[in-house]
Amino acid sequence: MKRELLKFLAFALFMLLLPLPFRGGYLVNVLIFVGINTMLAVALNLLLGYAGQISLGHAGFFGLGAYLSAILTTKYGWNPWAALPAGAAIVGCLAGLVGFPILKLKGHYLAMATLGLGIIIYIVFNETVDLTGGPSGLSGIPNLCLGSVCFDSDFKNYYLIWVFALLTVLFSLNLANSRVGRALRAIHDSEVAARVVGVNARILKVQIFALSAVICSLAGGLYAHTMTFIAPASFGFNFSVELLTMVVIGGLGSVYGPFLGAALLTLLPEILRGANDYDIVIYGALLVLMVMFMSGGLVRGIPDLYRKVLRLKGGVDHA
Amino acid sequence: MQFDQIIQFSLSGLSTGAIYALIGIGFSIIYNATGIINFAQGEFVMVGGLLTLSCLELLHLPILAAVPCAVAASTLVGVLFERLAIRPLRNPTPINLVIITIGGSILMRGLAMLVWGKDTHGIASFSGDDPIVIAGATILPQHLWILGVTLLIISINKFYFYHTISGKAMRACAYNRRAASLVGIDVRRMVLFSFMISSAMGAAAGIIAAPLTMVAYDVGVMLGLKGFCAAIIGGMSSGIPTVIGGLLLGVLESLGAGLISSGYKDAIAFIILLLLLFLRPQGLFGKPESERV
Repeated sequence: MKRELLKFLAFALFMLLLPLPFRGGYLVNVLIFVGINTMLAVALNLLLGYAGQISLGHAGFFGLGAYLSAILTTKYGWNPWAALPAGAAIVGCLAGLVGFPILKLKGHYLAMATLGLGIIIYIVFNETVDLTGGPSGLSGIPNLCLGSVCFDSDFKNYYLIWVFALLTVLFSLNLANSRVGRALRAIHDSEVAARVVGVNARILKVQIFALSAVICSLAGGLYAHTMTFIAPASFGFNFSVELLTMVVIGGLGSVYGPFLGAALLTLLPEILRGANDYDIVIYGALLVLMVMFMSGGLVRGIPDLYRKVLRLKGGVDHA
Repeated sequence: MQFDQIIQFSLSGLSTGAIYALIGIGFSIIYNATGIINFAQGEFVMVGGLLTLSCLELLHLPILAAVPCAVAASTLVGVLFERLAIRPLRNPTPINLVIITIGGSILMRGLAMLVWGKDTHGIASFSGDDPIVIAGATILPQHLWILGVTLLIISINKFYFYHTISGKAMRACAYNRRAASLVGIDVRRMVLFSFMISSAMGAAAGIIAAPLTMVAYDVGVMLGLKGFCAAIIGGMSSGIPTVIGGLLLGVLESLGAGLISSGYKDAIAFIILLLLLFLRPQGLFGKPESERV
């Protein structure tokens, strides 16, 4: 555990020092998105990687968090710091309520049900024009402020987002090494066996689902307050799939995998600039290839590959 | 609300419902043979429609030749998908299968976007657009085509599954794969067959629907999901229950869009889907099964 903590501190230090040489600018803006996507991917990983329960509706929770916080601040004049947890609490309750019937389902059926849920949420964003502004979106969302310091530049927002993102990663690290984390992994391996040894699988699955939704909703709120503009297009089915791709590419069930996946998938379109239309093809191909050849994700796949290369070079098998 | 309006909505609902039924049966056939929910099912519908477009406009084939060409080419896509993505999978857990079929569907959609562009394309109706008046409601000749072709495909399906050796072998696989392989059935070949049949059916559905709904690279997602909804209503049966499921969904959706709000038209299907999954996951007509551990 001590080594894990040191690893985390090194990671945190790296992320906090990273923007210093740039002092704002385009790259910092991209790294803000990496931070938000890291929160989302870690949240989905709690559910999919730890507990083995798939969700194709997480973009919906992300969007709900963003819209709730945005509506409470712009239409009802709430302070953003009050709107953010209020939105998260509402989403948590909602996810808890839906979680009971939805998590009775398994595998493919669970995937379809969460997908349906995500699409219903997306349709509601588009149709409740009075509240959400419909397809053209909602603008004028206030920035978050701490005393007299307002998070209104990329540089400041970077730290705002990454403090939350690092806390999320730390939380997931702690959870993995806790009693709850082991119980979740037991459910992943065999739900029946987990129940036999006394894990209340039904409740635990709903709890982790709600928790995951709450983190997504917080990420959504932060997204709304840093971007100051949101539209339904950011929260559709495609984004749910993108989140899934991040977690799968990074490595299901690992602590830093979701970050790797989020970083790769956020930076990839920037690197492939001009190849805008190809990104959907590349996501698809990446998903298929990863599942076929590196089902442990980059986090496990790269060390494996490294070992294989060493073995080929040395010609001696140490295994 | 006037009575003839309800008839009108129901009639047009029936023809979209027939499309959902065909797609739903495609889902069921693969599910029964392999236990996989093929998230790429809707993409076969899109591929079928777009390939027909190319056969008509680029190759200048008559519609009678274009349709079989498009169906054959789509079947080939289904075969390739099974061979390249499903069969080589070393660790076929349900989550891996979900992810790989989603990946496959995105890949197909992306490739279609590169080949055919982002525009929505129209295809001419098979036999004109003169409306026919039935009991105060009007329908288009294409509606009749849809219902007729659906009926034909379902009859062929029935014949195949109950009166041919390979159809019976497929049903054996659906009951119990291991037992089927013990009596000498090549299960892997049956899996390939199931992908062939359902990609062909999906393509056919896409082709007959294209003149009414238009076709674009991204039509597969919604159609696929609604086909799945039909299959869930029918309890994943590859026969009449799924057809009823599709028709029911089509009519409800059309009535909901007409009488309540057209913006929520798509939501209606998903609310039905969620309610069914929560309350009767075995389908409207099925009996609950006990779980084997």
